[in-house]
Amino acid sequence: MPELEPVIGLEIHVQLNTRTKMFCGCELSFGEEPNTRTCPVCLGLPGSLPVVNAQAIQYGLMMGLALESEIAPRSIFHRKNYFYPDLAKGYQISQYDIPLCAGGRLGDVRLHRIHLEEDAAKLVHLGESGRIHGSSASVVDYNRGGTPLAEIVTEPDLHSAEQAREWLTLLRETLRQLGVSDVNMEEGSLRCDANISVRPAGTSELGTKTELKNMNSFRFLEKGINAEIERQKALIAAGEAVVQETLHFDPVSGGLSPLRSKEEAHDYRYFPEPDLVPVAPTPEMLEAARAALPELPAARAERYERDWSLPEDTARLFAYEPEWGDYFERVDGEPRVVANWVTELRARADSPAAVSPAALAKLIALVDSRVVTAGNGRVVLDKLVAEGGDPAAIVERDDLGAMGDSGELAGIVAKVIEDNPDVVERIRGGNPKAMGALVGPVMRETKGKADGAEVNRLLREQLGV
Amino acid sequence: MSDILALTAAQAAERVHAGDLERGELWRFYRDRARADDLNAFTWVCDGDDPEAIDVSGPLGGVPIGIKDLFATEGVPSQAGSKILEGYKPPYTATAVRRLMEAGAPVVAKTNQDEFAMGSSTENSAYGPTLNPWDRARVPGGSSGGSAAAVAAGTVPWSIGTDTGGSIRQPAALCGIVGLKPTYGAISRYGMIAFASSLDQAGPFTRDTTDAALLLGAMAAPDPCDSTSLGLPEPVRLPTATDLKGIRLGVPEELTGEGIEPGVLAAFNETLDRARELGATVETMQLPHAPHGLSAYYLIAPAECSSNLARYDGVRYGMRADGKDLLSMYTQTREQGFGNEVKRRVLIGTYALSSGYYDAYYGRAQKVRTLIANDFKRAWERFDFVVSPTAPGVAFELGAKTADPLAMYLNDFCTVPMSLAGIPAISIPNGLSDGLPVGFQIAGPAFSENRILDAAHALEQSIGFDGSSAYA
Repeated sequence: MPELEPVIGLEIHVQLNTRTKMFCGCELSFGEEPNTRTCPVCLGLPGSLPVVNAQAIQYGLMMGLALESEIAPRSIFHRKNYFYPDLAKGYQISQYDIPLCAGGRLGDVRLHRIHLEEDAAKLVHLGESGRIHGSSASVVDYNRGGTPLAEIVTEPDLHSAEQAREWLTLLRETLRQLGVSDVNMEEGSLRCDANISVRPAGTSELGTKTELKNMNSFRFLEKGINAEIERQKALIAAGEAVVQETLHFDPVSGGLSPLRSKEEAHDYRYFPEPDLVPVAPTPEMLEAARAALPELPAARAERYERDWSLPEDTARLFAYEPEWGDYFERVDGEPRVVANWVTELRARADSPAAVSPAALAKLIALVDSRVVTAGNGRVVLDKLVAEGGDPAAIVERDDLGAMGDSGELAGIVAKVIEDNPDVVERIRGGNPKAMGALVGPVMRETKGKADGAEVNRLLREQLGV
Repeated sequence: MSDILALTAAQAAERVHAGDLERGELWRFYRDRARADDLNAFTWVCDGDDPEAIDVSGPLGGVPIGIKDLFATEGVPSQAGSKILEGYKPPYTATAVRRLMEAGAPVVAKTNQDEFAMGSSTENSAYGPTLNPWDRARVPGGSSGGSAAAVAAGTVPWSIGTDTGGSIRQPAALCGIVGLKPTYGAISRYGMIAFASSLDQAGPFTRDTTDAALLLGAMAAPDPCDSTSLGLPEPVRLPTATDLKGIRLGVPEELTGEGIEPGVLAAFNETLDRARELGATVETMQLPHAPHGLSAYYLIAPAECSSNLARYDGVRYGMRADGKDLLSMYTQTREQGFGNEVKRRVLIGTYALSSGYYDAYYGRAQKVRTLIANDFKRAWERFDFVVSPTAPGVAFELGAKTADPLAMYLNDFCTVPMSLAGIPAISIPNGLSDGLPVGFQIAGPAFSENRILDAAHALEQSIGFDGSSAYA
């Protein structure tokens, strides 16, 4: 049997962090008392009408521009009709055949579309399980109802769970840096469903897909997709067919259970929302959206690798954490060296604000000119983070300067050789790695002021190896 | 007849402004008349005193107004004629109503209507039918029958209603008063309990065209709460025209032939003669797609209503029937809460929007709608207005058409094309046929309200209709 290749597409729902809801003036809710962020519109009271949130459109345009989509000259909203208590109007206002953004690309994954819609309210099932089955009653909190959502749909361009996770990380960072969403999977401001199928490697036809829901963390996304890929492969290996269905991933058991089959699929009776007019972005709106775009992670990482020769990991780190990237760019010095020192600082401080770029540049220069050893440079950095100040003054005050080219170091080396005859014997016996056991005591003796390379040179010279 | 009753609303407002009529007296006069109503024209009448918060120095001069039940009115029952909203009091007020109050008109009553504005006789109200003041055995038309009957009977000096396919014009015609459906978007729909969103439009019921212009001027404005609202491009003027010199009237063959009662047609032709005497040219013309208007309308309106009425599910407000689970709560609530005509249209609309049927029904109906709008656009190249009888017949007897929905739907034959095209149209009293009122309809291009009102004013002067026998 030929090897089976997974084919994965993602559908991502992103809650936009606009000030107000998608179609009314209620402020977005962050854990307020239930049903306090509501009005006639988001409660679906008789006679109320929706009005499109201009900021949500702006965010949608920013996403479309950032993700290289085509912006529709006139996109329209539809009504998606179905009954459920979390849906105040009996329909969700969403985009259907003419979304705000069509196509697009992020990294090596093509996008199918981006559209805007409104979130449903939150059902709370009373009872021990918190799930609808076995619950004595359910209550509805309409605070979330009407929160703006962008739905991003990819083409089926992903081929492993790991790749899906990595790509979603890139998307999350991109959206975070666009400033359009809090993109928190655990809190539900970023939700991801996956469409998964498998096919013989090297073929181009798509297999029957299943839709996997409820993966509310990056870890679960990866676990869930892997579980579903394995399930489909096992079905095919057993000569059975994959059935098109929606599956619910249970993060506790790692199991998959069917939610509903397509036979029971709703007929949503989509039709154009007569209460709204088409969204026709003006050149001014597009220009404003373009002007609001920051440099995005993929572009920044590429620039760091290309222009500054940073290794891929470091480039991506600075691209995904742009405050560190910005800081890196403000520190003078050889880029790769600076990058190392910025990484050192990042390990010590929550924010680059802890040490000014000028102070770090000074420290790097001190190390570079061998005034301070690399090891003591890190000690100076600790002190800079803890108490601030000038690196040279700290070196002076705490006597952290490197040892000069005097006989003092040679004497210390000789003493350490004398004090550790067993180590010396091991080295002479053909184990040069044991030399490290002598470097440590020399460094202790010199309080780290000795240059490591010089210590090594003296040890070799005196031991004659 | 009392002095006050004889006044049009504009005349009453003028007296209040001049200090010749005390606002409290005017309020009490109509409040007490409305409370004594025996036509079942109202679903609620205020029992309080003159609402002092209303500033009567505004153009509407403290003249009390009746509001169709379906306008959300804060703290006042707003039930859209439906049992499913029995006792429902909204926490907010519709923009149109708020603007009327701000212009100086206190709300004295809510008027009866067909349930969710679905009907042409007001017999579909969950609160019982309204009677026609000209003949209590007959219907007042609908769906805004309460608003029309109340103005005709002088239990309110003026009122507002809504028109989706004729629901202002037809009852105005059947009750012998003026009813104006403005251009779609002229008046905000915010707070109007929706029937068919792309067609619903508020408008006035008045004794004459001057009163209609006053109410239109107060209500028409763009509203940030209604994306489809536009207001009117110029301020509404009080009509003054007394002739029709240079006015070209088009008489569509499709709306003036088969199906129109002879008495109605005779009155219509008589008024065409008056129009000629006033200087107008009158010419027959075609609206080739107008005969398909009813078919298109009875797909588009039900489709939109099937979605608009989905919110009445018993979860948040209004009636809730017990059920053993969510689905049975939904179905029982809607089974018990909606009347037959509403159920019929929800079913038709749900079907028309269903997967696999959308293109054949809703999609095709929208194409017909465009064709009808284009018919009118072509008409405006040759004519200033298109005129026709408002309704094919006079007021019919209660119960006469309740068993035959299609016969009922035919009442909208002359009014539906304008609704589909989104254009303004007015119905003015055009005399009597067998002792019952007949309406004359004038339709014009979008935003031509001022010109329509002027033409209507000139004909009104010439016709000299006296409706006082219905209220005296």
